[in-house]
Amino acid sequence: MTVTITWYLLLAAGLFSIGVAGVLIRRNALVMFMSIELMLNAVNLTFVAVSKELGLIEGQVAALFVMVVAAAEVTIGLAIIVAVFRTRASANVDELAEMKG
Amino acid sequence: MTDLLWLVIALPLAGAVINILFGKRIGEPIAGWLGFGLVAVSWLIAVPGTVAFMGGEAHAETVYLFSWIPIVGADFAILWDPLSSVMTMVVTGVGALIHLYSIGYMHGDERYPRFFAFLNLFIASMMILVLAANYAVMFIGWELVGLSSYLLISFWFTKPSAAAAGKKAFIVNRIGDWGFLVALMIIFASFGTFDFHAIFAAAPTAITVGTATAITLLLFVGATGKSAQIPLYIWLPDAMEGPTPVSALIHAATMVTAGVFMIARSAVLFEMAPVSGAVVAVVGTLTALVAALIAIAQTDIKKVLAYSTISQLGYMVLAVGVGAYTAGVFHLATHAFFKALLFLGAGSVIHAMANEQEMTKMGGLRKKMPITFITMGAAWLAISGVFPLSGFWSKDEILAATFDKGGAFLVLWVIGLLVALLTAFYMTRLFVMTFLGEPRWDDGVHPHESPYTMTIPLMVLGVFTVTAGLVNTPARLAFEHFLHPSFETIQHEMHLSDGMILALAVLALSIAIAGIAWGWRSYNVEELPAEDGPFWERALAAFGVDDFYGKVIVAPGKAASDWSAETMDPKVIDGAAHGIGHGVTAFGALLARFQGGQVRGYAGGLAVAGVLLIVVFLAVGGGF
Repeated sequence: MTVTITWYLLLAAGLFSIGVAGVLIRRNALVMFMSIELMLNAVNLTFVAVSKELGLIEGQVAALFVMVVAAAEVTIGLAIIVAVFRTRASANVDELAEMKG
Repeated sequence: MTDLLWLVIALPLAGAVINILFGKRIGEPIAGWLGFGLVAVSWLIAVPGTVAFMGGEAHAETVYLFSWIPIVGADFAILWDPLSSVMTMVVTGVGALIHLYSIGYMHGDERYPRFFAFLNLFIASMMILVLAANYAVMFIGWELVGLSSYLLISFWFTKPSAAAAGKKAFIVNRIGDWGFLVALMIIFASFGTFDFHAIFAAAPTAITVGTATAITLLLFVGATGKSAQIPLYIWLPDAMEGPTPVSALIHAATMVTAGVFMIARSAVLFEMAPVSGAVVAVVGTLTALVAALIAIAQTDIKKVLAYSTISQLGYMVLAVGVGAYTAGVFHLATHAFFKALLFLGAGSVIHAMANEQEMTKMGGLRKKMPITFITMGAAWLAISGVFPLSGFWSKDEILAATFDKGGAFLVLWVIGLLVALLTAFYMTRLFVMTFLGEPRWDDGVHPHESPYTMTIPLMVLGVFTVTAGLVNTPARLAFEHFLHPSFETIQHEMHLSDGMILALAVLALSIAIAGIAWGWRSYNVEELPAEDGPFWERALAAFGVDDFYGKVIVAPGKAASDWSAETMDPKVIDGAAHGIGHGVTAFGALLARFQGGQVRGYAGGLAVAGVLLIVVFLAVGGGF
């Protein structure tokens, strides 16, 4: 049984869906953050898989870019979460509803 | 000579500004002398330019001042021709005398400097109107004199009647201005310029008789407002609420002649439209008659003079209507002298009688006020048309020109003669009731002659009243030659023989003397005759024209305004505004529900929308 591109894409879709579910269901900001990372990496997986399949380098370049951006996002996101945790002693996003219209 | 002409406008304007800004600090009487001095200098500046025309060598000149709207031929430029020069002489000359008179008359008034500021503003506005070289600038002056008239009529605005009179004058004039404005629009649409030279040169070829008739009739609507003709004359009697010098300057001598001047200036257009000329002549004659009938019954000295002014303006309008522009302008000038004199004399009397204006409470002032008595006597004879005073010549010329037109115009001529009779009668009534007979003064009134600042203008005007007519007698038509360059393109040959002219003059003179004799016999008696009966009552009430306008125009207008204020504004206008506001608020509230503040809600929305997009793309088949 050979591992074809379909397997990779199915895995990526599964990982992405788990990420989406995590963001939607979990209330802890930290866990939601990890779910977002999961989604990003699912996308990276599709990039690399398709790049390998088609013999194009651009997909791998895009994956590298996503990693860099994700790293930057992690720094800022974690800083925000730490700041929120310090003032509220909680990372429950349901309590952060000041922006309600 | 013409280089300095801009000062004729600028000096009074500067006086107005100075007196408005620093009047309180300058104070009485320097504020008054300043106002007088500036107008007198304006007059002096204009003298050489006018004299130059007398020799017949000087030509009409356009002095360019500065650019305003060059594309429509509307720049600030002065058109200096005999017509504008004679108007300048009258306005600044009589104006200066009335400023001088006001120094004494307004003595002790709380807002003395303000009064002179307004008077100066009036002179400046009138000069803009008179010297304009195009209709656009003329309209600026036209509106500005309306403004200064309003300011001066309601000068004593704490008196409700004065405030109301000011508003009435302004609003009635606005109706006339509407006509003027529409005429200007048609002029611009037809000629593409406002410039007098260009318009009058192009008129015979550029427009049809129909267009010319429309333009001139609308111009005449403007003239009926400013020159107090039927149907818009009703503001002028009320305007007597203003201080008497104002009545003399604006509502007798100068501003009310603006309509006549405007028609004379537009003579080329009026010549193209004989129908308009006839309308103008008929309206003028009827105005002269109606106003003379009303004047007979008035007992307020200023009211008599006000209606007399309307009546005399009717003569001038008749003159320009029959194409006798020179006669119209001539009567304008002589009337400015004797009517200003009459008003100033009346002011002097009112001043002496402690603000009493009822002639029934005067009488016997002859000995107490000799200068006023003599000068007013001259004006009385002049306006009645006694040879050889100024009014005789100018009125006679108008009547002769009307007679010369012949045909249906003979009816106007007969009415004109009748008005001359009535004029002599009511002026005699005024003069006798005021100065002759036994005193009928209220207790505690001690008449006295007025101070010299008031009597000097009376005497100067008196000299002109007596002599001004001699500049244009049938034997020596100096004034007509003088004005000729302004009406070059208009040829009106008189067909009357010398004998006929003489016969007409004798007829006019005998009518004047008959009127005076009638008035003298009726009023120079021990007991004033009882003035009752239907005619007197109706004439005293000015034939109920004001009430009629009140019922037909003012009341419906008020009702419409009330409806607007109470129904239209709160329900429809506010309703629309509030409705839009409420709608936007409600829509916003609806949208606000989507912003729950829960990050998960937003993320869920994003996810659902993403899935939907994928479904759509798959269904449509494109995209991937």
